[in-house]
Amino acid sequence: MFAKQLTVFIENRTGRLSEVLGVLKENNVNILSLSLADTTEFGLLRLIVDNAALGKEKLTENGYSSLLSDVSIIAISHEVGNLQSLLKIIDRAGINIEYMYGLSIQATEAYIVLKASDSEKIDALLEENGVKTLTCEDLAKM
Amino acid sequence: MIWNETKECMSREQMHDLQSKRLVKLVDYVYHNVEFYRRKMQAIDLMPGDIKSIDDITKLPFTTKDDLRDNYPFGLFAVPNSEIVRIHASSGTTGKATVVGYTRKDLDIWAECVARCLTMAGVAKDDIIQIAYGYGLFTGGLGAHGGAEKIGATVVPMSTGNSKKLTTMMVDFGATAIACTPSYLLHISEVLAAEGLTDQIKLKAAICGAEPWTEKMRHEIEQRLRIKAYDIYGLSEVMGPGVACDCAFHKGLHVCEDHFYPEVLNTKTLLPVADGETGELAFTTLTKEGIPLIRYRTKDLTSIDHSTCDCGRTSARISRFKGRVDDMLIIRGVNVFPSQIEAALIEVEEVTPHYMMIVDRVNNLDTLEVQVEVDPKYYTDEVRAIEALTKKIAHVIQQALGISAKVKIVEPQTLIRSEGKAVHVIDNRKLY
Repeated sequence: MFAKQLTVFIENRTGRLSEVLGVLKENNVNILSLSLADTTEFGLLRLIVDNAALGKEKLTENGYSSLLSDVSIIAISHEVGNLQSLLKIIDRAGINIEYMYGLSIQATEAYIVLKASDSEKIDALLEENGVKTLTCEDLAKM
Repeated sequence: MIWNETKECMSREQMHDLQSKRLVKLVDYVYHNVEFYRRKMQAIDLMPGDIKSIDDITKLPFTTKDDLRDNYPFGLFAVPNSEIVRIHASSGTTGKATVVGYTRKDLDIWAECVARCLTMAGVAKDDIIQIAYGYGLFTGGLGAHGGAEKIGATVVPMSTGNSKKLTTMMVDFGATAIACTPSYLLHISEVLAAEGLTDQIKLKAAICGAEPWTEKMRHEIEQRLRIKAYDIYGLSEVMGPGVACDCAFHKGLHVCEDHFYPEVLNTKTLLPVADGETGELAFTTLTKEGIPLIRYRTKDLTSIDHSTCDCGRTSARISRFKGRVDDMLIIRGVNVFPSQIEAALIEVEEVTPHYMMIVDRVNNLDTLEVQVEVDPKYYTDEVRAIEALTKKIAHVIQQALGISAKVKIVEPQTLIRSEGKAVHVIDNRKLY
């Protein structure tokens, strides 16, 4: 099961991040999590929101380059070594992780957003191994 | 010091006679040897016999860079390849290079002109000169080289690209003169200062050209290195460096007028302007055999002065350049047209046709940044993909221009879209 991630390309300019978030706020799009990959020239803002399609539509209207992509949101029990065990399984399957970031930590579970080199393969692999995955809607309900 | 007093100091009447005689011969030569000119003359009902003196030059048609491109590569050559001993090329307005060919006599005359320029700068046979223009298709290196050998100086063919080796040899060899672009020399002065070598050099003169520069830059070079700096001008279509050079009085660049007839034209009417008025510079190559050009429009803006110079030379002097008629840029000595970037970007399907070139000078070296927008189809959520695309575009531009550029991907709709002629260049260098 995949979740839709909203990615926005932003130049490294003062106030740019705030402007992007302003568009989402105006349209009542709630941010559940975010990660910002930064380089000297630009940043990629990756967002998990309650309504990714609306977010993309509004950002495009406002002249931002945004993109929806499939990522896996994984729930793992909150214990030492659990994430590493999962990564071992992914490694053994020959899947490369493009990026990963933490979402939120509940009392018993942690949520991780993960983008793999092969999305079909990772989805099957996670299911095979009984790893719980969530959609944005699932998260929004929490 | 004057290299060729007979030619450089002849009276205006004598020069007029010499130029007239040579123009008559040239027109007859191109009419019979270059189809392009024969057709152009026939189209306006002009016969070689109609040109009786240099004053008749305005009857002749112009030649442009586009004419060279349209007749790529050898269409304007007046001699068969068996007579051509050297080819040079520079950037054209689009993908194709502007190609020129030289006969042995052309090379001799070229060396003669550069010899006059070097002598103007006080360089003589007992000097050691480093030629730090690029050697190759670019006329700078080999052109300056030929003239320096002709005067009998000790020539060190450095070419470009290794500042450390250049400064080391400058000190170790006791080089007394250097020929390079002015921005490169400023860079060299910084390298020398950083290495604490400025006091150890024996340099006395620099012959700088291949790019526009200002009096302010000249003073800066002279102060930093405690030398005299001279401005040499040329373009490959006409010959290469050595078409004109300034003397110790720095009151304009003396044109080798017996070989290159200069006209300054009103940019609207294309009629010659009076001395002191600004217009477009055009040259007629009075003695060239390989690729003789009639009224070649340089697109450089200047003014002309026919009065005798304080140095004693009577040759016409053109002022420092005041700009360009077209959008050509000179970046690190290389001619760059925005249209070349445009043509290169068409090959990259991931980007839109919009672009902006930002030219600047950082630490005295020209920098070029090209900003592009990515086509929405190719938006990505991976940094790696954007970096790979940046690299790909940079490679395509390097291939097209022959110089490297920093590529920056910008957000959609951020590049200026203007109606009519779009602005594609921001030049922050203040060269004119």
